[in-house]
Amino acid sequence: MSMSSETIVLPPSVSSRPAAIGLGDLPIIPVIILATIAFMAIFADVLAPHNPEVGSLTARFHPPFWQAGGNIDHLLGTDQLGRDVLSRLIFGARVSMVVGFTAVIFAGVVGTVLGILAGYLGGWVDQLIMRITDAWLALPALTFAIFLAAIVGPSMWNIVIILGLVYWTRYARVVRGEVLSLKEREFVRLAIVAGCSKMTIMRRHILPNVVNSAIVLATLMLGVVIVTEASLSFLGVGVPPPQPAWGLMLSDGKQGLMVGYWWLTVLPGCCIMLMVLSANLLGDWLRVKLDPQLRQL
Amino acid sequence: MSNSTLSSVSSEPARGAAAVAARPLLEIDNLSTHYVSARGSRVVRAVDDVSLRIKPGETLGIVGESGSGKSTLALSILRVLPTAAQIVSGQMWFEGEDLVRKSDAEMRHVRGKRIAMILQDPMASLNPLFTIGNQVGEPIRVHEGADRADAWRRARALLKSVHIPSPETRVTQFPHEMSGGMRQRIVGAIGISCEPRLLIADEPTTSLDLTIQAQYLNLLRELQREHGLALIFITHNLGIVAKMCDKLVVMYAGRVVESGPVARIFNAPAHPYTQALLNSIPRMSDNRRRLTAIEGQPPDLSALPRGCAFAARCPAAFDRCHNEAPPEFNLDGGRTARCWLASVAVQSGAA
Repeated sequence: MSMSSETIVLPPSVSSRPAAIGLGDLPIIPVIILATIAFMAIFADVLAPHNPEVGSLTARFHPPFWQAGGNIDHLLGTDQLGRDVLSRLIFGARVSMVVGFTAVIFAGVVGTVLGILAGYLGGWVDQLIMRITDAWLALPALTFAIFLAAIVGPSMWNIVIILGLVYWTRYARVVRGEVLSLKEREFVRLAIVAGCSKMTIMRRHILPNVVNSAIVLATLMLGVVIVTEASLSFLGVGVPPPQPAWGLMLSDGKQGLMVGYWWLTVLPGCCIMLMVLSANLLGDWLRVKLDPQLRQL
Repeated sequence: MSNSTLSSVSSEPARGAAAVAARPLLEIDNLSTHYVSARGSRVVRAVDDVSLRIKPGETLGIVGESGSGKSTLALSILRVLPTAAQIVSGQMWFEGEDLVRKSDAEMRHVRGKRIAMILQDPMASLNPLFTIGNQVGEPIRVHEGADRADAWRRARALLKSVHIPSPETRVTQFPHEMSGGMRQRIVGAIGISCEPRLLIADEPTTSLDLTIQAQYLNLLRELQREHGLALIFITHNLGIVAKMCDKLVVMYAGRVVESGPVARIFNAPAHPYTQALLNSIPRMSDNRRRLTAIEGQPPDLSALPRGCAFAARCPAAFDRCHNEAPPEFNLDGGRTARCWLASVAVQSGAA
C-alpha cells in the first residue's frame, strides 16, 4: 500500500476508469451466505417451523432427520429441552447479526475517532486517551463485560453497548499507530503548508487512510464479539435465555458433545464460522475497493 | 583569496544599508529558531540570527550543506515547525505584517494562500486516495470557500498551466496513474492554486532525473513570470542557483555567511566557505585527479565554537576567527559576509 516512486503507472487509455466503486467482482459466496443469514434474521417468524423458545420434554435430544431416531418434524433435531434446533438457529441469526455487526461498528467508530485524535493531536490529548486505553486493556475483557452487564442488566441492546465499550480500545491502538506514521507522510505536510486546519487534515487526509485498517480489524473483531456474546450468555449475563442466540446454543450444547449430541454444538458453531468467514472475505474485498491503487490491478 | 576585489561602502550593520526602491515582499530580521530538548538541557541553534529580504518577482537561492538550517528556515517562515522547535527571536515582515506575531489561525490564512511551499519529495506529496482534481482544488476550497464544481474547473485550468496533457481526464485520476514528472508538476499546480505572492521550493528537484529537472525548473520560471511570484529556492545544487536565482544566501551552521547577487558571489566569493563550495563543483574541463572537498565536519549546532563556526575548517583562519564570531559586514553591491577577512577588506578600502 505504500505510495512510492516505483508504483505502476498505467497509460491514460487503460486507466480512465470511473472512480466509483464497481460491484462487478463482488465475492459471490460470502455475499450469498451473509444474505441468507440476513434473510433468516428478517423473516424468522415465517421461516421457523417451531416456536424456538418452547420445547417439549418428551422430545429431548432428537438427532437430525438423517440419523437413526431423527424425524422430519425436527429437521435438525432438538436440544436438551426438546426445542427445535433449526428454529433456534433461524431466530439466533437475528441476535448474532444485530449484536455482531452493531457492536463491531459501535466499537469501530468510537475507537477510530479516539485513535485519530490521540495520534494526530498528540500531547496531552494523546496521553489522556492512551492512558485510558491502557487501563482499559489491562482489565480482562470478559470480567469487565460481566461487571458492566451486572450494572445495566442483561438485554440484547445492553450487550451491544457493553461489547462496544469493551472492544473500542483495540481500534484506538491500531488506528493511533497508523496515524503516527501517516502524519509524517509528505501529503499531510503538504496539506499543512497549504493551510488546512487540523480538523480538515484529520477528516480528509487521515481518516480515509486509516479506514482500511479499521475494516480489516472489524472483520476480525466480528468473530471475537460473537464468541464473547456467547460467553456472556453462558455466564447468564448475556442475551437472556430463552431468547435464542448462537453463542448461547453453543455453550448450552457443550455437555452434550461428550455423549454424542454433536448437532447441538456443531450446527451453531458452523453458523458462527460461516458468518465470520464471510465477513472476513467481504472485508477483504472492501479493503481492496477502497484503495484506488489496488482497485485497478 | 580574492580579497582584492572587495571594497567598502559602509561599515554600518547590515540592516541600514539595504535601502532599496522596491519594498521587500519578505523581510526577515535576526531570526533565530532553536530546537530545545525535552528537558531543556540541549539547545540546537538550527537558525541563528538570520536576516534576508526578497522583493516581489525575485528569486532567492538558499544554499548550504545538510544540517545548515535551510529547511528549518523555510519551515520557520510558514510557522510549521516541529513541536521541539521554536522561533526564539526576530521578525518576519511579509507585506507589512509580522509573521512571528500572528496567531495560528491567522497563519493558516497565509499558508497556501499568500505563501505556498513545495516540499522536498513532491513524489510523495499527493494523497493516494484522492483524485488529482480534489487535491489541486483543495487549497481553493479551503481558502476561498469555492464549491466543488468551481474548484474542479479551476483545477483543470491549473493543470493546463503546468502543461499536463488532457487535463479533463487527468483531474479524475489518482496519483498512482501519473508519472513522476507529472506528479511533480501537479504539486507545482497545488502551490500556485491560490495565486500566492511567495513560493518556497525546498529542494524540489532532488528526487527527479536530470531531464525532468530541467523541465521543471523551466516550468517554475514560467509560472514565476506569469504570476509575478517571488521564489525562494532551497538547494545544495549550485548549478541550479546559477540558472535560476537573482540573489543567493549561503548558510553555514545555522547562520548566513554570505549573501548578495548571484553573479557577484560566483565571480568573487567573499567568504572562504563560499569559495570552498564553488571549488568543490566538479568540472569536465579541469584535469585534477581528485575533487576538492571541504575538509572536516560542520560543527555541532548545540555546542557552537566561541569564534566563527567555520574557523576549524577554514584555510584562511587566523587567531581572531577562533576567539570572536564575526558580525555581518556589508560589502559593495548589496553583499554581506560574515567573515573577519571581509572586515579587513572593508577597513583597508576605507583607509
